[in-house]
Order: sequence, then C-alpha cells, then structure tokens
Amino acid sequence: MDLAWVNLKHWLVGLAPAAAQPWFASLITVAALIGAFASLFAVTTLLERKGLGRMQNRYGPNRVGPFGLLQPIADGVKSLTKEDIVPRSADAVVHFLAPMVLVVPVFLALAVLPVGRNMAAVDLDAGVLFFFAVGAATELAVFMAGWSSRNKYSMLGAMRALAQMISYELPLILSAVTVIMAVGSLSTTEIVRAQSGYWGILPQWHVLTPWGFAGFILFMIAAAAESNRSPFDLPEGESEIIAGYYIEYSGFKFALFFLGEYIGMFAISGLGITLFLGGWTAPLSFLTWIPSWIWFFGKLLALICVFIWVRGTLPRLRMDQLMNFAWKFMLPLALINIVITGLWRFMPPGLMRWAVCAVLVVGPYVLLGQGLFRGNKFGPRTYRFADS
Amino acid sequence: MTPLAGYLLLSALLFAIGLGGALARRNAIIVLIGIELMLNAANLNFIAFWRYGPNPEALTGILFVLFSIGIAAAEAAVGLAIIIAVYRHYRTTNLDRITSLKG
Amino acid sequence: MSAGFYVIAILIVGSAVAAMSLRNLVHCALSLAVTFAGLALAYLQLQAQFVGFAQVLVYVGAVAILIVFAILLTRGGDSEKEAILSPGWVWGLGIAALVFVVAGGAVVSSKLLPTVQRATPAATVKQIGDQLMTQYILPLEVIGLLLTAALIGAVIIAMRETEGGQ
Repeated sequence: MDLAWVNLKHWLVGLAPAAAQPWFASLITVAALIGAFASLFAVTTLLERKGLGRMQNRYGPNRVGPFGLLQPIADGVKSLTKEDIVPRSADAVVHFLAPMVLVVPVFLALAVLPVGRNMAAVDLDAGVLFFFAVGAATELAVFMAGWSSRNKYSMLGAMRALAQMISYELPLILSAVTVIMAVGSLSTTEIVRAQSGYWGILPQWHVLTPWGFAGFILFMIAAAAESNRSPFDLPEGESEIIAGYYIEYSGFKFALFFLGEYIGMFAISGLGITLFLGGWTAPLSFLTWIPSWIWFFGKLLALICVFIWVRGTLPRLRMDQLMNFAWKFMLPLALINIVITGLWRFMPPGLMRWAVCAVLVVGPYVLLGQGLFRGNKFGPRTYRFADS
Repeated sequence: MTPLAGYLLLSALLFAIGLGGALARRNAIIVLIGIELMLNAANLNFIAFWRYGPNPEALTGILFVLFSIGIAAAEAAVGLAIIIAVYRHYRTTNLDRITSLKG
Repeated sequence: MSAGFYVIAILIVGSAVAAMSLRNLVHCALSLAVTFAGLALAYLQLQAQFVGFAQVLVYVGAVAILIVFAILLTRGGDSEKEAILSPGWVWGLGIAALVFVVAGGAVVSSKLLPTVQRATPAATVKQIGDQLMTQYILPLEVIGLLLTAALIGAVIIAMRETEGGQ
C-alpha cells in the first residue's frame, strides 16, 4: 500500500514504447504532482473560507453543494469566465508575464519534496538550495506585477511585499541551515532518512530537540511571512491597500496569482515538514503500517489548518512592526539557534545537553522579548462615549 | 567546434556585449548592468574550463566562481549605494552631467 | 554541440543585447534577470548544479532586485526624450567589437585547448564543502569579512544625511 503510487507509475511507464519511457515517466510524475497539489488547492480554498467563517461565528459558503462542497468549482468557473481587463497605460508584456513568472517557480519548488517513501519527484544533491533558489525567483514576479500596473497602490504594495520577503528570507534560510548542519546533507530524501529512527515509540524528528523546536517555530513564522499570509499580509490586505500588487489583475490572471500564493504556502509547509517534522515518517513507532504519503499529506493538512487558524486569530502587523520583528528579533534568535545546534552536535547525549540547549533557547528569547518590547507600556484602557 | 570552444565563444560574446553597453550608454545604472554581464561572462568561462579542462576533481573552477558570485553581489551593493548617493546630490544619473571634477 | 547549448546561447545573447539596448530601465533590469536565468541553465548544462542554484539565489534573487530598487529610487523612467547613447558611443561599440574579435579569434585558432572528451566530473555538495573548509578556508573567511564591510559601507553611503538638515 505504501508503494501503491510508485507501482502504478511503473506499470503506466511500462505501457509506453521503450524509446519514450524516460519522457513518459517524467510526464507522469509532473502530471501527478500538479494534479495532487491543484486538488489540494481547491480543498484548501473551501477549508479556509469555511474555517474562517466558523471562527468569525458565521457559516462559510454553504449554497453551492451539500455544505458548500462544490464551491471551488463555482470559483473556478467564475475566474475563467471573468473579463480580462488590462489597463491602457499598463506595460502589456510585463503585465502578461508576471503571473507566469510567479506560478512556474512555485511548481518547480514542489519537485524536491519527498511526498512519500521513494516518492520525491527529483532527488537532487542540493535539494534544499534548489528550493530556496526558486523561492527567490518568485520575488521578481511580485515586483513585475506591481510595477507593470502603473498604479501607485500597486507599486507601494509590491515594494512592501518585496521588502518583507527579502527580510524574512534570512531567518528562513538560517533556521534551515541548522537542520542541514545536523544532518550533513542538502538532499531532502537524506534529511528525511536521518529522521526515520525511533527512540522507543517516539520518533527522532528534529522538532523534538530544543534547537529543532526553536528552528521549527522560526521557520513557520518566516514561512507565513514569505507567502504573504496573515498576520503578515499587509502588502495585500484588503482593508489597507485595496489588494496590493494584484489590484489591476482580473479573471484568470488573478486566479493564477491566487494559485501561486497557495501553492507557495504548500511548498514551504512541505519543506518545513521535511526538515523538522520527519517528512513521511509516522509519529509513533507502532503506526508505520499507515502509508507514508498519507502521513505527509496529513501533516501538510495540519499545517494548513494552523495557518488558517492563525489568520483568523491574529491582527495584521504594521510594516515597521514587521521589519523590526524580522531584523531585531528573529535574526538574532536564528543565529543563536545555529550555535545551539553546534553545541547539541558535539555534546555527549544525555540530560546535560538537553538542559544546556533548552536554557540557551529559552534564555535569549525571553531576554530579547523583554529588551525589545519594554518601551510599549500600556495603561489601563479608558473609554470615551459620544454622549459625554 | 568542440563544446569548450563553443562556451568560450559565448563567454567572449557576452563580455563584449557587456563592455559595449558599459561604454556606450549614458545612465550609470546601465553601466553597472554591463559590469555585471562582464563578471558573469568570466564566471561562465571558469565553469567551462572546469568541465572540459584537465583535473576537474580539484573543483577549482567551481570554488572560484562561488567566490566571484559573492564578490559581485557585494560590488553591486556598494556600486548602487554610490549611485544613489550621487543621485541625491546631482539629481541625475546621467553620467555626462556629472562633470564637476572635469579639468 | 547539442541543441540545448544553442537554445541557451540564443537566450543568453538575446537577453543581454536587450538589457544593453532598451530604453526603459526597468525593462533592461528584467532582461538582465533573464540573462542570469539563462546562465544558470548553462551552468546546469555544464553539470555544475551547486553553482547554478547559487547563481539563481544570489543573482536573480538579490542582485536583480537590488538593481530594480536602485532604478526606482533614482527615478530611472523619467527621462523619455533624452538620448540614451553617450557621445562617442561609436568608439565604445568599436572597442567592444575589437575585444570580441581578438578573444574569439584566440579561442578558435588556439591549439592549446584540450580536445579529449571527459566523463562528467562529480561535484557533490560534500566535496565542495570539504574543499571550502580545508583548502579554501582563508578565502572563505576573507569573503565573510568583505561582505560585512560591503554591507556596512553600502548602508552608510546610501543613508540619508543627518536629520537636522531635512
């Protein structure tokens, strides 16, 4: 059952003529990857709207099918049939290319994720570096979208989004570096294999070590900021700047931006799962009979639910708060985390290294928090009513 | 024409394009773009020689290019900072107008 | 000479020429980003994967964006009616053509170029890391120092003048 998809692919490839088999194998892998993640995208749009609705004490969409389950189809039809308006003063070529330059790298990034045992699409020697390289390429698409619309709000939103993405790339990459240091390889399949042992019934995931826990939290916060997810969605907040850098896009191009943003969220959550949560391994040693790809997608759905939960709960961060958070709080913590990983690696296993590393993780966090946010003293809340 | 000669010709052509643009355009930022093109042409040259030359196990070409990429990024940052500082003073990036040191 | 090499070569040369000759500065910067991406493809073709990914990460993800920010901060798109070529551009292009002729002639007529075809060399990340930490440790430390100095220098040069003068 675990190797069901791999066997299916081998059988399908066997049906093709021998000369075209490598091409056919790649084609099947690409089609399966796109199909799986595009359907996950459809499920997530519905899940997000209903989840946010329930958190805001209302039903989500519930008209289109039983419990609104056919809503993604309605959304798809709407976005395909809307009129495609391009402003007259917009730069036509760049305006047209921007959605494509966004979507292609995020789909490329999905190729190095090990979705199950032996199920990574491409097993690159420098997989994690490839992922971050294509992540950096999406920033250019954001700028192209914002600049080509010749709209002040659009340009402003694009500049803010770029500044945010560049600032949060550093904590993201530095927290991934701790995992690379501990494992000794940049290959994603190797990183998952290094986490596939068990101590008794508990898994040897990186998140269950002090440096891994800190690294996972830093990684997830930076991932939310990289995908412009709330509470970091100032560049695209509907109440602040209309829609930021995709104001002037309508119809299918807007749907492509939406798709690119969500698939980017899936890709970076997938990388977080690979680096910290053990990839396709089971959480308890007696549950390994459940297929590996079910574990991967289960963990991915759990992380998506956490993202939706955070979106419905926390208010949006202001631009200067956002930048302060990245440069003054997360970057020093990420650097200290690297030192802690080195200590963990070289101390003998036992209670001593747990104690030392835990103190070194919690200590700077508390000290930095106290030191940076001491200036914001708030008095008791006072109310002013209109009739007084 | 061997593959190595093909890559070397491509690198020479890219270098010449970068040089021509850096010498013939007025805007300071375009000159910087030309310089980046020239650096990239040299990097391509190194990697081509690493691949097809003797002793590729020493990884000399790859490491040289890695350091070159790092240095080029630092140089682009400082160059653009200088252009911004000059713009703040002269209100132009046109190189023909920045002539106060001319004798 | 495979078809892949020709496609990548046409992409690189075409976008480089566009980067040098377009009027709108942002278009030039975007063509430069396409050139960088084409060069990354050339590095992948030459089996240097680590360098290819580093090229995309550093050049496309950082240097191109830096250039774009500088264009926007210096109002690059405003001069619509000025000439884009400096006086004496003929000499500039002539020198560039001369450089290409000399270098290309040297490449084509050289007898020193190795002609024996080798198998693909292996350049795993582990080997690159080993070399960086043993033989090239001094350049690694120096480049760290250089990047720090460049970062601090760029921030200081581009910083606004004192607040009293505003």
